[in-house]
Amino acid sequence: MLSSMILGRYIPGNSVVHRMDPRAKIIMTILFMVVVFMANNTVTYLSLILFVLFILVLAKLNPIFVVKGLKIVFVLLIFTFLMHLFLTKGGTVLIDAGWFTIESEGIVKGVFIGIRLVMLVVITTIMTLTTSPISLTDAIEKMAHPLKKFKVPVHEIAMMMSISLRFIPTLMDETDKIIKAQSSRGSTFMTGKVKDRIKALLPIIIPLFVSAFQRAEDMAIAMEVRGYTGGEGRTSFRVLKWTLKDTIGIIVVILFGVLVWWLRT
Amino acid sequence: MISLRDITYKYHNDDAYALNHISIDFKRGSFVSILGHNGSGKSTLVKIIMGILRPTSGDIFIDGKPVDKDNPLELQRRFSIVFQNPDNQFVGATVIDDVAFGLENLGVPHETMVEKVESALKEVGMWEFRNHEPHRLSGGQKQRVAIAGALVTNPDVLIMDEATSMLDPDGRKEVLSILKKIHAERDTTILYITHDLREIEDSDYVFILRKGHVVNEGTVREVYEDTDILVSSNLELPYNIKLSKALCDGAYMSYEEVVQRL
Ligand SMILES: Nc1ncnc2c1ncn2[C@@H]1O[C@H](COP(=O)(O)OP(=O)(O)OP(=O)(O)O)[C@@H](O)[C@H]1O
Ligand SMILES: [Mg+2]
Repeated sequence: MLSSMILGRYIPGNSVVHRMDPRAKIIMTILFMVVVFMANNTVTYLSLILFVLFILVLAKLNPIFVVKGLKIVFVLLIFTFLMHLFLTKGGTVLIDAGWFTIESEGIVKGVFIGIRLVMLVVITTIMTLTTSPISLTDAIEKMAHPLKKFKVPVHEIAMMMSISLRFIPTLMDETDKIIKAQSSRGSTFMTGKVKDRIKALLPIIIPLFVSAFQRAEDMAIAMEVRGYTGGEGRTSFRVLKWTLKDTIGIIVVILFGVLVWWLRT
Repeated sequence: MISLRDITYKYHNDDAYALNHISIDFKRGSFVSILGHNGSGKSTLVKIIMGILRPTSGDIFIDGKPVDKDNPLELQRRFSIVFQNPDNQFVGATVIDDVAFGLENLGVPHETMVEKVESALKEVGMWEFRNHEPHRLSGGQKQRVAIAGALVTNPDVLIMDEATSMLDPDGRKEVLSILKKIHAERDTTILYITHDLREIEDSDYVFILRKGHVVNEGTVREVYEDTDILVSSNLELPYNIKLSKALCDGAYMSYEEVVQRL
């Protein structure tokens, strides 16, 4: 279940979408989200689906793989669909069971809202699947740069994000090791009463915290002796390059937005 | 030439001195080892050299001039360090980012940075791995990246603080052979800190530390010959020493000599 989950994961590749500037991808994603909320009839929702499929093809991602990886989201999807099915009234009455009715408007609304949700999730997933976390961090740092005027520690926040991201696999491995060590001592947290299970988690969480603090201290010293004094006077090894395809990408999304605006009722 | 003169240090919450009147000279380009058991003060000494701790008394001289202890940045520019835990000093998201970190901090322009990072990574044989994330590297590879990151700022002294003690035997060999190469090709002084007697074979000069005191110093041969001091410093004697002690009353023999003798 967890291994096939793709929410927030990055899969290296070499498609046009992979090679775009992360800033362009963030802007395009936000623009597309606005367009998603403009759709209000069958034609516009269909064009949203087609557009997302088009981007999936460009990014060389298999739609089936993406759908499979988003299983968790479908629970939410079914829930919202059912909500609309039972609660939205209007149109012709399809089923009248006395204490509840299902009306045509409910089905339409349910499907539309469902599509809207899927589109929002898929488009952000395409962004994270095609952009390494570190590039996203870089992009956020660059785009948030003006906030520095308001004393927001943009560089420091970006540095924290990138170091946290870098430590996730390390801490995962460590959690695994501690779980194995505690299991071999007879600890059980997969079975038993909820209260017992939570109690059994403590011997895992505490060593994990202790080691995380040790790591943080080591890291702070390692950064200090390598001359880190914060963002002031620092240059950057990674450079973001804005190219023609980034401008084109944004224009395409805007044109698509104009089209949807024209088609909506 | 870098000299430590009469360095003493005491932690606030400790009664005993962690370092007692330590005086050490490093000739430029030499490979110096500091040997000591756990708690003998090795890391404390390193922290003083790096300007992380200020000595209770004593001075550090570089080419005869005392360094400004209030300006640790000056020290940090001249000394680079590789620590023990390979995971806890890997700052960048990938190998190449990590090596660039020290240069970014110095504000080096981008083009220069790209060149320097490439040559440092090639020097430690990690160029093919430049886009790898740290969790896809072995311990030895991570330490090689750390060495590249330390050398990229072209320091006078490269300090290795038990940098091999968390590695498997293969990783240890990798790191030691890279150091040997650096010693041969650069005039960087290498300060190699360890508790393992087997790792000092290639050193030009060795200091033995016990409870904050330098108890012996000399060439590898000289410190090996005084086995009593090694034993009383809680250092485990390698087989060739034990054998040579049994075979010919303590005169030092290297592995090859022992093999020949047998
Ligand atoms: N932060 C600290 N506060 C108080 N005492 C300390 C601190 N760090 C080290 N010491 C003490 O100083 C002495 C020297 O410690 P140091 O870490 O320098 O030894 P070491 O030779 O590096 O040992 P190891 O092989 O374990 O790394 C020890 O007795 C230790 O208990
Ligand atoms: Mg130590």
